[in-house]
Amino acid sequence: MKATLLRLTRSHLFWPCVTLVLLCLVNVHFNPGFFDIEIKDGHLYGSVIDILNRAAPLMLIAMGMTLVIATRGIDISVGATVAIAGAVAASLIGGSLVIKEGVQTYVSNTPMPLAFAAALAVALLCGLWNGLLVAGAGMQPIVATLILMVAGRGVAQLITEGQIVTVYYEPFFFIGNGFIFGIPVSLYIVAAVLGILLLLTQRTALGLFIESVGINPVASRFSGISARALVFWVYAFCSVTAGIAALIITSNVKSADANNAGLLLELDAILAVALGGTSLSGGRFYLIGTLVGALIIQTLTYAIYSLGVPPEINMVVKAIVVFGVCIIQSPALRDLLLKHALRSGGPA
Amino acid sequence: MKLAGTINTRTLPLLVTSVLFALLFGFGSVSYDNFFSVQVFLNLLIDNAFVTVVAIGMTFVILTGGIDLSVGSIVALTTMVTAALVEQHHWSIWAVVPLVLAMGALFGLLMGSLIHYFRMQPFIVTLGGMFLARGLCYVISIDSIAITDPTYAAVSEYRIAFGEEAFLSVSAIIALLTLALAIFLAQYTRFGRTVYAIGGNERSALLMGLPVGRTKMLVYTLSGFCSALGGVLVTFYMLSGYGLHALGLEMDAIAAAVIGGTLLTGGVGYVAGSLVGVMILGVIQSLIAFDGSLSSWWTRIAIGVLLCSFCLMQRLLEHGGTNLGFLFSYWKKPEEQADTAK
Repeated sequence: MKATLLRLTRSHLFWPCVTLVLLCLVNVHFNPGFFDIEIKDGHLYGSVIDILNRAAPLMLIAMGMTLVIATRGIDISVGATVAIAGAVAASLIGGSLVIKEGVQTYVSNTPMPLAFAAALAVALLCGLWNGLLVAGAGMQPIVATLILMVAGRGVAQLITEGQIVTVYYEPFFFIGNGFIFGIPVSLYIVAAVLGILLLLTQRTALGLFIESVGINPVASRFSGISARALVFWVYAFCSVTAGIAALIITSNVKSADANNAGLLLELDAILAVALGGTSLSGGRFYLIGTLVGALIIQTLTYAIYSLGVPPEINMVVKAIVVFGVCIIQSPALRDLLLKHALRSGGPA
Repeated sequence: MKLAGTINTRTLPLLVTSVLFALLFGFGSVSYDNFFSVQVFLNLLIDNAFVTVVAIGMTFVILTGGIDLSVGSIVALTTMVTAALVEQHHWSIWAVVPLVLAMGALFGLLMGSLIHYFRMQPFIVTLGGMFLARGLCYVISIDSIAITDPTYAAVSEYRIAFGEEAFLSVSAIIALLTLALAIFLAQYTRFGRTVYAIGGNERSALLMGLPVGRTKMLVYTLSGFCSALGGVLVTFYMLSGYGLHALGLEMDAIAAAVIGGTLLTGGVGYVAGSLVGVMILGVIQSLIAFDGSLSSWWTRIAIGVLLCSFCLMQRLLEHGGTNLGFLFSYWKKPEEQADTAK
């Protein structure tokens, strides 16, 4: 029993999960019906489902970010990528009013699959650009992605011509608001991406390669891993996840706003990764932990809303969480605790 | 002979920046009527006084190889605290300004201590600081607070005339004074030399017995102080306190430092270069404003393109100028990569 408990607390998922459970309890305290799930209009309905649905874009981006951070990098351009991809999707689909068989309906300007492909291709392009700067030109990741972060919103506004592009095409709303078998569509997307990633990183050597590049890039190169190519594609992948998230976000709010779509999303994604137990200095990464981290952030937001304090206060709480997580992760604190434990004679 | 000696890889970015500024200003003068005047030039200083001050603090941080993402938020927090104290509690300007400056410095010191004592990455600590300061703005008030205090209005409107038609604002004078002080600090004091040494190689600086930890904390304190001073200048400029003031200013400040020739890996650069960097950002905005047909988002794209070209130029200079092979030489210098990655 004790051994199981010890193994449980040693698991990297233990603390993130405890945090999530505590947050849920806070929510239950202020809103007794927090865990209630009912079936309305043929699909599941409730706070938990709402949190899961709203956390979907963050979960997607945070998964891409996990891989980037595992290679010792960082991608602060995901918010701008979301704005660009969202702008492309919204302006390609748009929607114009036509009368079909005597009924007024909206049709998309471009076939929807084509618009999706275009949005994802543009996101991929953003990622290739980041990858080129980081892996090709050898720039520091934060600087390389800063460039796209600064210029990206400008590009997005160029696409939307400074307007908020509203989408009227009904089928497009399905990704952000639709349900399959009662469960939000966005969750299927998250599950699919997670499945692919888990398969690639745990059933093939890819995960090991990514970790080894993060732990020691030089040694990995000497042992025959093409570190450059790996880093390059990791950035490309991260931007693609941002592209998928952009589709969900755009579909959910039915419009693309170049200024505010995905604003500060990069910070949330980094926070989710850190909360999930992945060290920000690269190396070991935990995809499931990241998902729990994203859920923590969304649950926290929900709790703050239900407490009735202004949502902007959320930032103070997040800041405190960032500091707390980083101090716990810091080797300096561990040394300090170890010293303390040694001095008092007990085991650490 | 002597000229060839002075144009080395360290001063070249600054030289390129200055030439670029002259070219942009010249282009504006040729293209638009009334662009070529002393006042348009001085307006660049007036409108960008707070950016200049913030960029100066940022330059010191980048010179040590760190980064400070919290500057924009500290500016916003400063405006908010100032506005709340002046308007709602009727404090005197002479009490409020020293208080907010001390607050900014303390904020920076706290972040610096976290970075030094807990060996946390500057990026993540200042990111937390950014959230915290923005959030605290909203704790004070979610809405904008207008400053109607007559002293503030007087300072805001006061102009110092130079000759017939040229004038400068108080903010611009403060920015120039800060710049002069910063140049002195960076070039002629022990603190400045330690900053450069840390940026060059932190371990060597430590082995040389330099006070690395103290200097790093002081650098973030200085950046916090400069941000607070920038915030005070914003209150003069906007006459209001608002949680959304200076959104994205950190990016402008970093861009100004990089365009001004400061190497992001630390150790190389000049504080004066950041002024030129800020002026370039300003002249781009002026050009777009004078043109009238271009939309404001072109500013963001132009800054991004400039940032990118200067970063690439830095990489080029690091690898000895003519050799373009650096584009294909990732992890070429293992020890350097390992150092910067930390």
